[in-house]
Amino acid sequence: MTPSTTNANKKARLPIWAVLFWLLVWQLAAWWVAEPILLVSPIAALARLFELAGQAAFWRAAGFSVGRILLGFALSAVSAIVLAALSYRFRRVRELCMPLIAAVKAIPVASFVILALLWVSSRNLSVLISLLIGLPVVYTNVLTGLDSTDPGLIEMARVFRVPFARQLRFIYLYQVLPFLRSGLAVAMGLCWKSGIAAEVIGIPGGSIGEKLYKAKIYLETPDLFCWTLVVVLLSILCEKLLALCMNGVMRGAERCWKR
Amino acid sequence: MLEAVKLCKAFDGRPVIQDFSIRLKPGSRVCLTGPSGSGKTTLLRLLMGLEKPDSGTLSMPRGTRFSAVFQENRLLEQLTAEANVSLVSAAPRQEIAALLNALGLDAKSLAQPVSTFSGGMKRRAALCRALLAPYDILCLDEPYKGLDEALRAQVMRIVDEHTRGKTVVLVTHDLREAEGYELIQLPPLPPV
Repeated sequence: MTPSTTNANKKARLPIWAVLFWLLVWQLAAWWVAEPILLVSPIAALARLFELAGQAAFWRAAGFSVGRILLGFALSAVSAIVLAALSYRFRRVRELCMPLIAAVKAIPVASFVILALLWVSSRNLSVLISLLIGLPVVYTNVLTGLDSTDPGLIEMARVFRVPFARQLRFIYLYQVLPFLRSGLAVAMGLCWKSGIAAEVIGIPGGSIGEKLYKAKIYLETPDLFCWTLVVVLLSILCEKLLALCMNGVMRGAERCWKR
Repeated sequence: MLEAVKLCKAFDGRPVIQDFSIRLKPGSRVCLTGPSGSGKTTLLRLLMGLEKPDSGTLSMPRGTRFSAVFQENRLLEQLTAEANVSLVSAAPRQEIAALLNALGLDAKSLAQPVSTFSGGMKRRAALCRALLAPYDILCLDEPYKGLDEALRAQVMRIVDEHTRGKTVVLVTHDLREAEGYELIQLPPLPPV
C-alpha cells in the first residue's frame, strides 16, 4: 500500500470518542427540550430503528433506495470516466463538456428534481439525480488526474513506442487512481444526499424518501430521525464498501506494477 | 539513413535552431556540443520527432526506431529498474539484470522501485533502458550526468561496447565523453 493510501485511511477513520461526544450532546439536548415531537433522543430513535428493522417494509424501502442510488452512482462513475478520457484526448470534447459540467455543478438539486420529474417516473428519479450529481465530481477528478500525468513520461512512451495498453496500465492508471478514489468517495456521499432529496420531492412509493416525507406530514418525529439515521448508516456503509473496493483495486494495481 | 536539411526552430519568436543540416549514415556517431542554450536538446527532440521544425525537412526511412536517454531520467518511479527496462524492451530478464549489474546496480537495489534510487542510479537505469530497447538511432542527452569520475569511465565503456556499429547522437558539454564521435559544434544563440 502506498503511503498516501495509508494516510488517507487513517484520516478517513471516525474517532469513536467524537461520535460518542456528539451522541451525548444530542441526548442532553433531547432531555433539555423534553418534547419528542421537536427532538427525539438518540435512544428513542435507535429503539424505533430496531422496531422498524423487524418489518419487511423497512428492508424493502432500504433496498429500493440503495439499489437506485447505487445504480445512479455506478452510471455516474462509468460515464464520468469515459467522458474524462475523451476530454483528455480531444480538446473539442473538453470544450463541449465545460459548460455542461459547470451547469450541472451550479444548478440546485431541487431544480433538477422538479425538471427530471417531467422526464422520468418518480420511481427512477433517484437514479437520474444521483447520476447527474455524481458525474461532475468524478469527471473533474479523473480529468485532473489525467492532466497531471507527466508529459515527459508520455513522450518517453512515444519515443520507445510503448503499446497503449501498457501506457494505460503503467502511466495513466498510476496517475489517475488516487484522483479517481477521492472523486468516487465524494460522489458517493453526494449521490446519497441528492438521491434521498429526490425521493422526498418525487415521493416514489416504497422508498426511504417516501417514509421521510410521510414522517414529516404526520409529525412522526421518531420515524423522521430513525429514517435519517438509516440514510446516514447506509451512506457510511456504502462509503466504507467503496473504500474497501478501492483499496483492493489499488493493491491489485500495485501488484501489477511490481510484476 | 536520416537526413535533416536546413532545420529551423524558434520558441516565442526566438530562434533556437537555424539552418541546421545533418546526414546520419547507419553506424555514424555524432556528438552535438555547444554552450548552454545553444539548442542541443531541441535538435535531439527535432530528430526524434518530438518537435516539429518551423522550416526545413527531415527525412528517414519509414519505421525508423529511436531509443533515448532524455535530459531527465523519465523513469516510472513505482517500478523497479528491471520493470522499467522491460516496459520498452523484449530482452530476457537475465540480460537486463546483467546489464544493470554491469552498470553498478546491485541485486539489493534491483528489488526496489526506482523512486528509492539516487540520481546517479536512476541515470544508469535510464541508460540501461536506452541500450536494451530496439532502435535504429540512439539519442543520448547528457547521459553521464550525475555520475562520478570512476563510474563515468565504467559506464562510458559499457555504452561504447553496446553501441558499436550503431547510429548514436550524443549531446554533451564534456568533450572527454565525445571520444570516437564526430563533433558538431552548435553556435551560441544570438542575445535576446
